[in-house]
Amino acid sequence: MDEEKAPHLLKRLTRRLKTVRLSAWMFVAPALVLLAVFLVYPSLSTLYLSFFDRTSAQFVGLDNYVHLFTSSETLIVFRNNLLWLTLFTGVSVIMGLVLAVLTNLVRYEAVAKALIFVPMAVSFTAAAVIWRFMYIYRPPGFTQTGVVNAIFTSLGGDPIPWIQDTGVNNFALIVAGIWMWTGFAMIVLSAGLKGIPAEVLEAARVDGANEWQVFRRIIFPMLRPVVVVVAVTLTINALKVFDLVYVMTFGNYNTDVIANRMFKEMFTFGNFGRASAIAVVLLITIVPIMLLNIRRFRREAT
Amino acid sequence: MSAVPDSSRSLAAVLEEPVVPEKLSERIARRVARGPLHAVIIVVCLIWMVPWFGLLVSSFRPKADIASTGWWTAFNPPFQFTLQNYADVLAAQGLARGFLNSLIIAVPATLITMFVAALAAYAFSWMRIPGRNLLFLVVVGLLVVPIQMTLIPVLRIFAGLNLTGTFLGVWLAHTAYGLPFAIFLLRNFFVALPKDLLESAFLEGASHFKAFFRIVLPLSVPSLAALGIFQFLWLWNDLLVALVYLGGSRQVAPLTVSISNLVSSFGSEWHLLTAAAFVSMILPLIVFFALQRYFVQGILAGAVKG
Repeated sequence: MDEEKAPHLLKRLTRRLKTVRLSAWMFVAPALVLLAVFLVYPSLSTLYLSFFDRTSAQFVGLDNYVHLFTSSETLIVFRNNLLWLTLFTGVSVIMGLVLAVLTNLVRYEAVAKALIFVPMAVSFTAAAVIWRFMYIYRPPGFTQTGVVNAIFTSLGGDPIPWIQDTGVNNFALIVAGIWMWTGFAMIVLSAGLKGIPAEVLEAARVDGANEWQVFRRIIFPMLRPVVVVVAVTLTINALKVFDLVYVMTFGNYNTDVIANRMFKEMFTFGNFGRASAIAVVLLITIVPIMLLNIRRFRREAT
Repeated sequence: MSAVPDSSRSLAAVLEEPVVPEKLSERIARRVARGPLHAVIIVVCLIWMVPWFGLLVSSFRPKADIASTGWWTAFNPPFQFTLQNYADVLAAQGLARGFLNSLIIAVPATLITMFVAALAAYAFSWMRIPGRNLLFLVVVGLLVVPIQMTLIPVLRIFAGLNLTGTFLGVWLAHTAYGLPFAIFLLRNFFVALPKDLLESAFLEGASHFKAFFRIVLPLSVPSLAALGIFQFLWLWNDLLVALVYLGGSRQVAPLTVSISNLVSSFGSEWHLLTAAAFVSMILPLIVFFALQRYFVQGILAGAVKG
């Protein structure tokens, strides 16, 4: 029996070895071709184009970059992204953390978390419509039909054109972003919170620690890696924010951001050199943050 | 036999048991002390609900009412609600077509992404490829590339191949953009599958194709589902890629593009905008509530994508 089987097995093994190389490439080829055509080549090409003029005909050196960092219009763009970066990320993370800890203490946790998480299922486009609706402005003396101005006027204030007023509009847009992403921060942090052994918390309480001390000395230090992941994700979102701004203001009234500015340079002004330079700057700001995240996840995966 | 101590009781359960039975007055005091906690949570939940709830209510109000009063007055008599807004946006504003286009874009693109990514992830975990780890690192490294880096050259390639404004072009683009994350996620899962299972299959003469379709895919249904839902919602909610590669023509524009067009041409026609926004939210909300577990898993896994 065994003697008959042995050569047969050997034959099968050699046949398999021959096909290994070819079939391995058949498995990865579709992915590699798509990545090469849609990500690798275009990225190199965009980098190259960023040194050329608006129609990609003439080499202009660093002109596009110089313009980007000197023109007052694009400096506002960077300022706005910085606002998004700090406020959107900061507030979402803090709210997410607070809500994760609080909902963990009540029995209707699942319902409460679902309600706060719902905006994550909605597109940025729909969220933009929702918040334009919240911010509807009608001149003083008219009935306010938007929630925010209705509350504002009922408290005795004057209605504010939240979307047009350059003093408040960036904050108004960021609030919409916070509304969408706090749920994400809460869900991820809450998952981390469940990972903290109940024994540890109980032991601290038995030793006489109050709830604030439990949070400050145990929960927060143990959650720190998760807080970093959430903050990194939100930071990248803040840098890439596009849809919300595109639909709510199209970047008008001093609310423009990097991604929307690039779209404008492409389609409104037809300046491919500047559009490419903006894309490169966006990439350069994202790379270090993203590498941090990937390294973390690789470490977790291994 | 019955004297064996119950070892299934965890330490936490033991600790949680009150040493002395609580008195009623103490229980009431404890409840009252927790009042502020409940108040905070409930208020936050209400604040988070108001934006979409107002939109939903408004979408059923007559045009004249929306223009003159706030949606909260709809709950005072006379109760006037209508489906006219939905009829208007679906037929006259072409949102029915937009809904269909969104499906035509998101469903195939999701399936293609999952299939291509699963093939590659399988090769990266179980096949011998020269320089495999380096190649995998490069693929995952592409996660850092923002879509903006690729728009202009891809648009030029599409123009040369007449792929601008076609579903095929968008499927391919969405697939490529989704691959780094999908391959990363699936490979982490495939690598963790029991080695013995695959090796014994190979010894019995199973080909890689057979191992892939008969063993790896069936065992990976949960992670495929999480990835699929995440990718589907990502594509359903995408505005940028559709805007750039498809343009705004009604024949191909998905809901996101149609709605953004509505906003720029009828920015204060709230009877149209509220209904339109809700049309685009229905499917994601159903997916969210029906498949919440997978949805949350997808979100958690997607934390790396950003």
